Amino acid sequence: MVKIKGAFFLIFIFTLICFQSEGKQFIVSKTSHEFSSIKNALLKISAGDTIFVLSGIYHEYGLVIKVPITLIGNNFPVVDGDSHGQIFSIESDSVTVSGFVIQNTGFSAMNDWAGIRTQNVSVITIEGNKFLNCCYAIFLAGSKYCKVANNIIKGNPANQQLAGNGIHCWQSINCEIYNNEIAGQRDGIYFEFVQGSTISNNHSYENMRYGLHFMFNDNNRFVENLFENNGSGVAVMFSKNITMLNNVYRNNWGASAYGLLLKEINDSYVLYNHFEKNTAAVYMEGCNRIVFTRNDFLQNGWAIRVQASCMNNTIACNNFLGNTFDIATNGSLSLNIYSGNYWEQYEGYDLNKNGIGDIPFRPVSVFSMFSENMPESMVMMRSFCVTLLDKIEKVVPGVIPEDLIDNSPMMKKINNAYPGKGT
Amino acid sequence: MLIRVKELSKSFRKLNVLKSVSVSFEANQCVAIIGPNGSGKTTFIKSVLGMVIPDGGEIIVNEKNIKNNFQYREGIGYMPQIGKYPENTTIGQLFGMIKDIRKQNEIALDEELIEAFHLPELYNKRMRTLSGGTRQKVSAALSFLFNPQIIILDEPTAGLDPLSAEILKDKIQQERKKNKLILITSHIMNDLDELSSHVMFMLDGNLKFFKTMEELKTETGEDRLGKAMAKLMKEQSN
Amino acid sequence: MKLVKYILFDLVRSRFVLFYFLLLLLFTGTFVLLQDDVSKVQLSLLNIIILVIPLVSVIFATIHWYNSSEFIEVLLAQPISRKRIFISEFIALSLAVGGAFLLATGIPLLIFYPDTVSLLLMIGGFFLTIIFIALAFWSAVFTRDKAKGIGLSLVFWLYFSLIYDGLILMIMFNFSDYPIDKIVVALLSLNPVDVTRVMILMKMEMSAMLGYSGAVFTDFIGSNVGMIYSVVLLLIWSIIPFLWALRKFSKKDL
Repeated sequence: MVKIKGAFFLIFIFTLICFQSEGKQFIVSKTSHEFSSIKNALLKISAGDTIFVLSGIYHEYGLVIKVPITLIGNNFPVVDGDSHGQIFSIESDSVTVSGFVIQNTGFSAMNDWAGIRTQNVSVITIEGNKFLNCCYAIFLAGSKYCKVANNIIKGNPANQQLAGNGIHCWQSINCEIYNNEIAGQRDGIYFEFVQGSTISNNHSYENMRYGLHFMFNDNNRFVENLFENNGSGVAVMFSKNITMLNNVYRNNWGASAYGLLLKEINDSYVLYNHFEKNTAAVYMEGCNRIVFTRNDFLQNGWAIRVQASCMNNTIACNNFLGNTFDIATNGSLSLNIYSGNYWEQYEGYDLNKNGIGDIPFRPVSVFSMFSENMPESMVMMRSFCVTLLDKIEKVVPGVIPEDLIDNSPMMKKINNAYPGKGT
Repeated sequence: MLIRVKELSKSFRKLNVLKSVSVSFEANQCVAIIGPNGSGKTTFIKSVLGMVIPDGGEIIVNEKNIKNNFQYREGIGYMPQIGKYPENTTIGQLFGMIKDIRKQNEIALDEELIEAFHLPELYNKRMRTLSGGTRQKVSAALSFLFNPQIIILDEPTAGLDPLSAEILKDKIQQERKKNKLILITSHIMNDLDELSSHVMFMLDGNLKFFKTMEELKTETGEDRLGKAMAKLMKEQSN
Repeated sequence: MKLVKYILFDLVRSRFVLFYFLLLLLFTGTFVLLQDDVSKVQLSLLNIIILVIPLVSVIFATIHWYNSSEFIEVLLAQPISRKRIFISEFIALSLAVGGAFLLATGIPLLIFYPDTVSLLLMIGGFFLTIIFIALAFWSAVFTRDKAKGIGLSLVFWLYFSLIYDGLILMIMFNFSDYPIDKIVVALLSLNPVDVTRVMILMKMEMSAMLGYSGAVFTDFIGSNVGMIYSVVLLLIWSIIPFLWALRKFSKKDL
């Protein structure tokens, strides 16, 4: 009986909690006498309340959420800041904002105005909103356990000087950023001092600078994202234990564009990624112990540019197809391992029919060595002289680092379709 | 005076091919230009034609200095030693082309040789299919075609069959009578004997003499040009 | 112009021009049909234009000049100036060889990929054709010996497509510590093959790869002013060897 009594007591407690968390419901509508603005509603609410905002255009900004509430837009109401400043600022834990069109924060040289800013809070959900012409769309600062999902963010590239980032994440922990579509911002996604977070299934394109800008973030993953046509591609810097899985880097083409720029990255994995038509698909500087495997490099200017400062990286089981240069390096010795890749430019044979070429492949051409050390010499590209030099070097190696060699080049293209699904 | 050559000199590199040659030709002359190989005959002819640019001296044709001038060649017909023509053209096209390029409507064309050599029957033959003799016939016909006042023939009868050679020689004599000037080089003395009124003898780039046939024969006491020349050469070497 | 007409008829009738036309058509057709990517097609054609076209033009024009020497002699006995003969030969050959190129390569290219690069490929290819015809004429006028003349033409080709670039690379290699990009632009301007190559590369997607090599290239040669500069250079390059050869021909003993 004591047990049964205890169970009843528990149910009672739960019911109490449930009722409490449901709280009151408010409806904001342009035609309502009680709440015709979100600002008014926010003054009346208490923790656990829910505000429903009906469709219409609300010219409001500087909305501060100070208690845990749920803010839901019905039929995409528009919150227009009219270029006056920040629109939502979340200063309480456990807040959800969804279903809004948030637009026109305005641009300021002094302040980082955002569509939604969170400051030192946890368990925030920002889902299913549209952000149009915001300086920063979503600004997470010092926040934990945040979920940013299914948002559409469209910046206005006209404001090149003052533009901010799409999803800006700073000093945060355990955030999930997924299924967002980001375009026209300065950086699509910006991560700095963030830990234990996952960026997945996002589509970041046509941003002015980077599709993803990632610095000083250890232990993160980014999975199945599509980065294309960004001004400078994706930059991942000063971090360790990063897993980059099954992403697509495409058409990041321009004088200083990279598919994936890796700077001072240690102990990380680049797996099942697809690099297509980037000026330089991967550019590595000061990187150690990165494993590149099962990636496809298609029709890039350079597939991988490895600076001499990189050590103990492994490049294995990747496909190199139709790149102008497969590997380029400025060093005279190679401290990285190349093995079991498929190189389209490989012209060897396989007498014992084990699928592995019998003669090793040297993926670096003399000209790529030249141009790494003397950038001016790029202007000699496609000269007959250069073609001839490369052919001669293939027969009589002299300039290329001796150990920059794939001793087991594959005869056939490797199937690099990602076997798993989801994160 | 149709052609006046004054102190003409020409050297190829160090070799002096013509050493200050001066000579004048008039209408109604047929001049045999004689000399051993390398004596400067062809260079002399080519200088008159403007193909060789002289180092010194001047050449006046029809009272006009030929330097930097090409119009004077309207009055000259030239038959080269070996006539080669665009390989893919037919004889008919070649005649048509040269007539077209020169387009001298006023002057009546002289197509006597074309007929005499039966060239119209070959009008559809391409030049590359022709024998050396037929090419010579074409060259000869071309040189007389525009009824020029000066006709220069370089080895005209070499390569021609006897019958055609006779036709050509008849033509030459006939033309000379029309108050024209004819210059011929040849190694066949008999032909020259028949045709020439004057002999121009060249040796090592010098003009040795320019005389009438009669003078030459009288001086040497020979009645054949060949023998006369042989006798002269012997005297020269002594 | 009558002379041009006759020389042109003769050239068009010769099997070589037809063969050249068909060969280029085969190349272009293969590239256009087998490669789906525009830039790949254009890159392959760029290789043809900077390598094959100068070679064929220079060799064919040299041989043509020697083969027409007797014909030229016939013409010289006519009241026709040397200048007219030379210019007619040059125009006729340019029209035949350049025309074969424009028809075989230009028309398919402009039908399938009508863009700036295709247009520049046409311009570049045609200019290289006439530049190398002029160089060939110079070689042929320079020496009476056919073998020597062809040898000389080959030297021109080898020099402009291979040796010159090797020299530039050597200069770059030895002076890599100095800012040499302006000197490199000047050196490139002195070689019509390089002018054509860089002019076309700069308008291709590939030019992004040159972004690392210094602003002079992308900002100057890549700009519209740079394009005009390149075309003017090619124009000068077609005129100078032509006048050079014409002068030589006017003074030559035949």
